[in-house]
Amino acid sequence: MPLVAPNNKRRIEIIVVGTGLAGAAAAATLGELGYNVKCFTFHDSPRRAHSVAAQGGINAAKNYQNDGDSVYRLFYDTIKGGDYRSREANVHRLAEVSRDIIDQCAAQGVPFAREYGGLLANRSFGGVQVSRTFYARGQTGQQLLIGAYSALSRQIARGSVEMFNRHEMLDLVVVDGKARGIITRNLVSGKIERHAAHCVVLATGGYGNVFYLSTNAMNSNVSAAWRAHRRGAYFANPCYTQIHPTCIPVSGEYQSKLTLMSESLRNDGRVWVPKKKEDCKKDPREIKEEDRDYYLERIYPAFGNLVPRDVASRAAKYVTDEGRGVGATGLAVYLDFSSAIERYGKAQANMKGVSSPSKAQITELGEAVVKEKYGNLFHMYEKITDENPYKTPMKIFPAVHYTMGGIWVDYNLQTTIPGCFALGEANFSDHGANRLGASALMQGLADGYFVIPYTIGTFLSKEIRTPKISTDLPEFEAAEKAVKERINDLLNVNGNESVESFHRRLGRIMWDNCGMSRNKEGLTKARTLIQELRAEYHKNVFVPGSNDEYNPELEKALRVADFMELGELMVCDALNRNESCGGHFREEYQEGGGEAKRNDKDYMYVAAWDFKGENTDWDLHKEELEYNNIEVKTRSYK
Amino acid sequence: MAEKSINIKLKVWRQGGKYGDGKFETYDLKDIGTDMSFLEMFDVLNEQLVSKKESPVAFEHDCREGICGTCSMVIDGQAHGPMKGTTTCQLHMRSFKDGATITVEPFRAKAFPVIRDLVVDRSSFDAIIQAGGYISVNTGQAQDANAIPIEKDTSEKAFDAATCIGCGACVAACPNSAAMLFTSAKVAHLSIMPQGKVEAQKRVEAMVNQMDKEGFGMCSNVKACEAECPKEISVENIAIMNREYMKAVLGADPERK
Repeated sequence: MPLVAPNNKRRIEIIVVGTGLAGAAAAATLGELGYNVKCFTFHDSPRRAHSVAAQGGINAAKNYQNDGDSVYRLFYDTIKGGDYRSREANVHRLAEVSRDIIDQCAAQGVPFAREYGGLLANRSFGGVQVSRTFYARGQTGQQLLIGAYSALSRQIARGSVEMFNRHEMLDLVVVDGKARGIITRNLVSGKIERHAAHCVVLATGGYGNVFYLSTNAMNSNVSAAWRAHRRGAYFANPCYTQIHPTCIPVSGEYQSKLTLMSESLRNDGRVWVPKKKEDCKKDPREIKEEDRDYYLERIYPAFGNLVPRDVASRAAKYVTDEGRGVGATGLAVYLDFSSAIERYGKAQANMKGVSSPSKAQITELGEAVVKEKYGNLFHMYEKITDENPYKTPMKIFPAVHYTMGGIWVDYNLQTTIPGCFALGEANFSDHGANRLGASALMQGLADGYFVIPYTIGTFLSKEIRTPKISTDLPEFEAAEKAVKERINDLLNVNGNESVESFHRRLGRIMWDNCGMSRNKEGLTKARTLIQELRAEYHKNVFVPGSNDEYNPELEKALRVADFMELGELMVCDALNRNESCGGHFREEYQEGGGEAKRNDKDYMYVAAWDFKGENTDWDLHKEELEYNNIEVKTRSYK
Repeated sequence: MAEKSINIKLKVWRQGGKYGDGKFETYDLKDIGTDMSFLEMFDVLNEQLVSKKESPVAFEHDCREGICGTCSMVIDGQAHGPMKGTTTCQLHMRSFKDGATITVEPFRAKAFPVIRDLVVDRSSFDAIIQAGGYISVNTGQAQDANAIPIEKDTSEKAFDAATCIGCGACVAACPNSAAMLFTSAKVAHLSIMPQGKVEAQKRVEAMVNQMDKEGFGMCSNVKACEAECPKEISVENIAIMNREYMKAVLGADPERK
């Protein structure tokens, strides 16, 4: 791989957009290497990026538990978990660097969970049969992000990274076919600014908020990625959406977002619904053991409650479709810790030498163990629902969580625009049609710390003689003008419906037709509905205030406009893919028992969509997937 | 979840735009579901304001899971409101009585200038971290993670400090607008762990100096910071920081003077 010498690095500028795990890690590392980095976030501080909310953990093939883990095993699990729709070479590289990530984070002071011997602890996540997940209580994302943020802060202090907080990227500037800068809006003053560099790195996260209700943070959005797409970056597999099985169910109309309960809970929690419909409204504690259906353990004995997310979510949908859902809306299943509390309680009693302990003693001891493992999650659940999960089973239901699709990148993480790179959730490459738990943090940090610092040389080694890029170039002027027009157009509609209301309507269309299960009829209808909604939006939206001020409604209006365009592409992609795989479930294509039916003959490819202009169909480019180091099989967790 | 609803009166600080240097504005809200979060109640208010073509109340929020540290409201005089160990976004309307008047203000401090309504600028916190809130290790320099065993209790203690979300409630709660709890949480997190001991002296000096430079006040042991911290960070960290600071400035290392 071509390198850039230190004396040349000093003369090269790089823009990094986003400060989550991928962006902060990339900006810090590129700064350490000697490049001049300009880093942008719409947040008030880089530490707030939504990576902060990841709870459960980060995978690494360390094999510290001596349970048969290896780089190959992690590679194998990830490809299989992704239902054979990810790119083999990228995934193998991910598995290789996974181990370095843990070393790096520990050295930064990330307080990973430890055993009494002082060494690192592990737990299991869905879709695997080893314990390779490193964790920091239920706040792994926060601790890893603080690690990356502190590395970034160190570079900011050194002057190798210039940080722009409260700046949102609104367009990518392409000069002579290469990405050379971005247009941003200063979110405090409203000033539209031009920023130039030799290349642009996008680490701007996923697009789950297209569904309105998701576990994403309120401000997570697709705009940076979408603007790059409109400038020529292909968008790959947009229909691959991860619906996470364990979220707190929707409780009312006004609900603004959904809260995840970490997958780690499925290590100890057992998922069930009543066998009989008439039991659904009963107090769960009064339902006898023999009247409960532990459906994941029943259908998937080999993996039990730890099947991958897409499988667990679909199973929850089936049992609730049968009318066996619980809670006020019937759209929930139980996640029950009583057996774990009893098991841990007995073990503790034994360790502490309590002979013939009473049931109350066992419960007390067991609850203490559960509290130590999952205390903050239980606490959060109780705050939101006002129910005590130590005493009564949690109620959970699937919700949109992560998007496997994203900007198409090559092995070097470069998009189809030379000089424009995409990292982390913003790209498509590693998770295929379904991401395994604790793999998002791994990918974000792998891309940021260990991949882009090397692969960016493939582009920059040819740019060492390129002088500083000027923001006076006509391309910058044109892009700035287009951004200002977009803003003025939205402000001038002066209609009667709020942005929020349009977003909610878009989310409804997406969830009903392009959510947990999809069919041709619904998708076809959804495309028309989205087009109509978009037309209505540009005629009837109301955005208060002006551009020249702190104006969150305007920020949201720009984002929702992009979500509408993306929504249409997602539907097109889902329509094109006449098979079921991972998180993409087409009702027309299923095996007995509702399992996904893949069609490797016709669809073992990455669908990369090329933007051709508004109100024009996208062009489809296919990247055939080849698997040379793993046998392609039907995925089974039974 | 028995859904009830309440009527409330909201007294909200408005600043910037037509409100200039700021004043309280009162809004009546009817039929607010008690399962609604405090910020969802603000969403409802803003929808109503937007429907009347009035300017919505600016407030910051993002994850709404109590972890990103973005939300920042002083509710009835308390940073993040009445629930202990809870951020504003995780506060629910069931904590309020029907007919209540609720007063909402921004986090107030010299080092947190107001941008708009309830939104403040907390970049002074970033500046404190940039001064030294890190371990100097470049990517790729690390040894195997298990090469440094750390006693479980030590690691847990460092963790308790590391849970700080950088929201600034400690500053808002403090009568002196001190940032001692925030700064000390980072100092303690890193100086407790063996990886962080190498630069401990340099770090504490730089961070404390930066804290003073940003215009935060001094600590007078009121401990309101601990009481209102949504992550229940202990003031013991302040003691740890003071000890580290004393060691650094009065310490036995003449080379560093």
